Amino acid sequence: MLGYTIKRLLQMVLVLWAVSVIVFLMMSFTGDPVFMVIPIDSTQAEIDQARRILGLDRSMLAQYGIFIGNLLQGDFGRSYVFGQPAMELILERLPATMEIVVLAVVIAAVVAIPLGVYAGANPGRASSRAIMSGSLLGISLPGFWVGMMLIFLFSVRWHLLPSSGRGDAVEVWGLRLSFLTVDGWRHLILPSVTLSLGTLAILLRITRAGMMEVTRQDYMKFARAKGVSRRGVLYGHGLRNALIPVVTIFGLQLGDLIAFATITETIFAWPGLGKLLIDSIYRADRPVIVVYLMLVALIFVVINFIVDIVYTLIDPRITVK
Amino acid sequence: MTAPLLSVRDLRTHFHTFSGVVKAVNGVSFDIGAGQVMGLVGESGGGKSVVGFSILGLIDPPGRIEGGQILLDGQDLVGAPEEALRRVRGRQISMVFQDPMTSLNPLHTVGRQMDEMLRLHTDLDAPARKAACIEMLESVGISRAAERLGAYPHQFSGGMRQRVVIAIALLAGPRLIIADEPTTALDVTIQSQILKLMRRQIADRGASMILITHDLAVVSEMADHITVLYCGKVVERGLTRDVIGAPAHPYTRGLIDSIPDPRHRQTRLSQIPGTVPDIRNLPVGCSFRERCPRAQALCAQADPPLTAQRASLHAACHFPLTEAEAP
Ligand SMILES: Nc1ncnc2c1ncn2[C@@H]1O[C@H](COP(=O)(O)OP(=O)(O)OP(=O)(O)O)[C@@H](O)[C@H]1O
Ligand SMILES: [Mg+2]
Repeated sequence: MLGYTIKRLLQMVLVLWAVSVIVFLMMSFTGDPVFMVIPIDSTQAEIDQARRILGLDRSMLAQYGIFIGNLLQGDFGRSYVFGQPAMELILERLPATMEIVVLAVVIAAVVAIPLGVYAGANPGRASSRAIMSGSLLGISLPGFWVGMMLIFLFSVRWHLLPSSGRGDAVEVWGLRLSFLTVDGWRHLILPSVTLSLGTLAILLRITRAGMMEVTRQDYMKFARAKGVSRRGVLYGHGLRNALIPVVTIFGLQLGDLIAFATITETIFAWPGLGKLLIDSIYRADRPVIVVYLMLVALIFVVINFIVDIVYTLIDPRITVK
Repeated sequence: MTAPLLSVRDLRTHFHTFSGVVKAVNGVSFDIGAGQVMGLVGESGGGKSVVGFSILGLIDPPGRIEGGQILLDGQDLVGAPEEALRRVRGRQISMVFQDPMTSLNPLHTVGRQMDEMLRLHTDLDAPARKAACIEMLESVGISRAAERLGAYPHQFSGGMRQRVVIAIALLAGPRLIIADEPTTALDVTIQSQILKLMRRQIADRGASMILITHDLAVVSEMADHITVLYCGKVVERGLTRDVIGAPAHPYTRGLIDSIPDPRHRQTRLSQIPGTVPDIRNLPVGCSFRERCPRAQALCAQADPPLTAQRASLHAACHFPLTEAEAP
């Protein structure tokens, strides 16, 4: 276990380094950031001076050296646009994104797993086919369209839920959180539901496929022969055996939603990471993009690590090495 | 004779598949008294497992029990509500499956899977259940039982897993155990150990057993009665010594002749010629006639009913073997 953790940490460092190289290369091909920081009517001399101050006149390798050196000292640079440390900017926005993403994956899992178990255990039934058709819709409907329809129905037509922003937020340990207020919850619902649909549909299909496989197994019939109830057989014996692929996809989706909630956040004017990313890309705010991408890489590695641990909790035959 | 423990009457279990109706069990009847061991034999596909699953109400779509009765103490299990069947399963009748590698849940400890049986069918508290599990594991020959409760099935060998399965089947004190080829998946030395174990456990508890197998040699050692199935029908039944000693049905005779006999060193085992016909469209008349050395014109016209023969034997044959023709 310890060896495994160390191996995983080394892997994490390696991934982050690789990401830093890719990000750095990508950045140097995307326009000259000097124009972001100087007034529009600057003279050539002023431009050159700004270049020197920002270190943009050095060679690529030297620039990368400075870049990585600063990173190692915990200095991720300042946003060209806000003048604030990029890391601070990102961490400010992270809770907002985490809120809708966590709620979205919880909704997805809570709805998808029972439906998937049902559809997998009763494959012939009309209700199972209806569930499966519904899940196809969930996969194929684009998120932005669903979001707009939800706004149209719940905000515009029925005036039930707000369509934009975070609502009242409470500050806890320096984090601004919406889910502690009623108004915050009202704001959370629509973006979370929108975000959950795709994940819900995929989890449902994976759960169903797993259950269809599992219900054929002898131990399921043996459990029934012991007198276990149908529910007990499906949930007590079946589900856990079908869970490995579900957890795998859940982990991937979780990372995906944190990293790319962009569209949903834009539609609902949700002040999360996604919106920050879009804004930063528009303004070529290099430091913010860099920190963002490194953070996303880190999140993926951490989720992967957790998923591996969860495997061993589900199945005693799996050990981490 | 006292009323039997289990009485199966004209049981018919069919599977409605895309390629036609599979009449896997088609009019099977037999009785088992308390403390008796009945061997249910026949070639692969004869419907032996389906009989076993039908008794426990474990036939899933596209299968269905089309008719007949399964009387446990005179109570019909066919059409009984699921709730009632659940109290029968494990508590009155339990089952041991063919393959010990797959009948235990790989993700639950052996202890948990044993405990589940007691939680379902007894009022014992947790420590009492644990003690009962340990005692049962020891009685099926697993040493260091207390430790082993925390182990997972994959940490056990095949023979040990089958011992665990048997222990689970016995835990709630059922009166009938259906053992569906309990040793086929095990190697030969383990086979006889497991069979001896089962026989002793059944006898100690005064329980009855249906021993499903295609191995007549095993059955002749273990069973009081034998019922021979062919294409979903009973072709012969009777006391073991009569069936093995001088069968009336040519199919049974064929099965006996294909037992390897260590005393006569035969150069070649006699096999029943031909193969089991497609059960979805059986020919008119006797299903065995195309493989039968004694078949005559009548066999193609009428399906022979099961009728009393010599001694304890009942056989479904127009031209049964006489005692003089015994092997
Ligand atoms: N779920 C099912 N769907 C369709 N047909 C089935 C199903 N289960 C069993 N059958 C058919 O029923 C017939 C009897 O099967 P069964 O498993 O009872 O045979 P068996 O005597 O136990 O054979 P074996 O010795 O191979 O275990 C076979 O023809 C089989 O194809
Ligand atoms: Mg079978």
